[in-house]
Amino acid sequence: MKISLTCKPGTTDKIKTGNWREAEFPEVDHEKCIGCALCELSCPEGVCFKTDEKNSKGKSVYEVDMDYCKGCGICAEVCPVKAIAMREENK
Amino acid sequence: MAETIRNIKPDVISAYPITPQTHIVEDLAKLKADGEGQYEFVRTESEFAALSLLIGASAAGVRTYTATSSQGLLLMTEVLFNAAGMRLPIVITNANRSVSGPINIWNDQQDAVTMRDAGWIMLYGETNQETCDLHVLAYKVAEQALIPVMVNMDGFVLTHTVEPVDIPEAKEIKKYLPDYKPKAKLDVKNPLTFGSFATPAHYMEIRQELHDDIKASAQLIAGEMIKFKKIFGRKLSLAEYYGDAKADTVIVALGSVLGTVKEAADELNKDGKKAGVLKITSLRPFPKEEIFKLIGNKKNIIIIDKSLSLGEEGILSGEIRRAFYGKSKAKIVGAVMGLGGRDITKDMIKKAIEIGKKTKEETIFIGK
Repeated sequence: MKISLTCKPGTTDKIKTGNWREAEFPEVDHEKCIGCALCELSCPEGVCFKTDEKNSKGKSVYEVDMDYCKGCGICAEVCPVKAIAMREENK
Repeated sequence: MAETIRNIKPDVISAYPITPQTHIVEDLAKLKADGEGQYEFVRTESEFAALSLLIGASAAGVRTYTATSSQGLLLMTEVLFNAAGMRLPIVITNANRSVSGPINIWNDQQDAVTMRDAGWIMLYGETNQETCDLHVLAYKVAEQALIPVMVNMDGFVLTHTVEPVDIPEAKEIKKYLPDYKPKAKLDVKNPLTFGSFATPAHYMEIRQELHDDIKASAQLIAGEMIKFKKIFGRKLSLAEYYGDAKADTVIVALGSVLGTVKEAADELNKDGKKAGVLKITSLRPFPKEEIFKLIGNKKNIIIIDKSLSLGEEGILSGEIRRAFYGKSKAKIVGAVMGLGGRDITKDMIKKAIEIGKKTKEETIFIGK
């Protein structure tokens, strides 16, 4: 056997997969965000995360890592205050 | 069988019971409980899990074993392909049994041939002695070629038959089979990904390499069989001719039925009706050239098939036809026999030869 079938793990650190996103991407309205973390808990890719920023109401706001987001829209669906909108992807 | 495996010293054995294999892993569990086996023994929730567990263990760099049969082997299907694709030197015993339906627990060889294209080396024992010996050889071959090996033994005919066996001893095995030293292994200090994704840019070459390596393993197996004889004194071969060398008619078979076939051929030779026997031990790699060298000049080839590609012909018949394609004008007839544990008698074998010589069919069924 000449071809090596094993490889070093952790390659997704270097290989961004956000370009797999096809139709839509999420946009978070930080003013509406209440910091409930439902998007973080529901995201199948684990790319919704709490930022260090706070909005005018003093709530911690959430953001989406667009380097890895696949645009499935679950975060927008579960958001109780409709702070996440799905926008058309312009590639 | 269990004692041979114990002597080979695997590190991890997984088990899920299925007739007619169960008592092999049961005995291995008992040996372990009695303090005679130094392996981890894991009972799993299915055959799928049994082989999956071995993939993990083998990737962690240790010697592994399990046994299965029939529906159990079919349930392993996806994992069989993965084990081969990941090039893990797992060895399993398959006690050949029919496949449902109708449900039937007796011997034929449908189960393993259905897995023929999974990328495993597939060996068949004629006797319990040979089956034990083939397991020792299997580890030696698997660990060099990095191809998993399935050793087949006919269910009940071998698995439930008591016969004297010279069990290969641990000391002798150690001389023949060195400790397994993996080239790569799962290790928390040096993490590696096993079974990773391959895009269209890489997949094809990886599959071709497995194909080439299985093909090339014939030479490796033949060489290891010679080394085996030096240590254990018993001959093994990929394919072997038995009987009158001048015979025009030859019967080809796989596994335990060869004992009956050889006796039938002896009787025919005594009666002046010359007949030869070709024993095949290795279905993958299939020793095509060697087979043609042994029986390429014969006129009538009758193949006993205990399996069937439904709507076409027996699996072994197809393989032999391929070995002869474009090289010979021999009459090649497949005789499907012994499905679902139907006894194959000497008279039935003689009948298969008689009908096989005259028939215009490619495949005949001899049920009585």
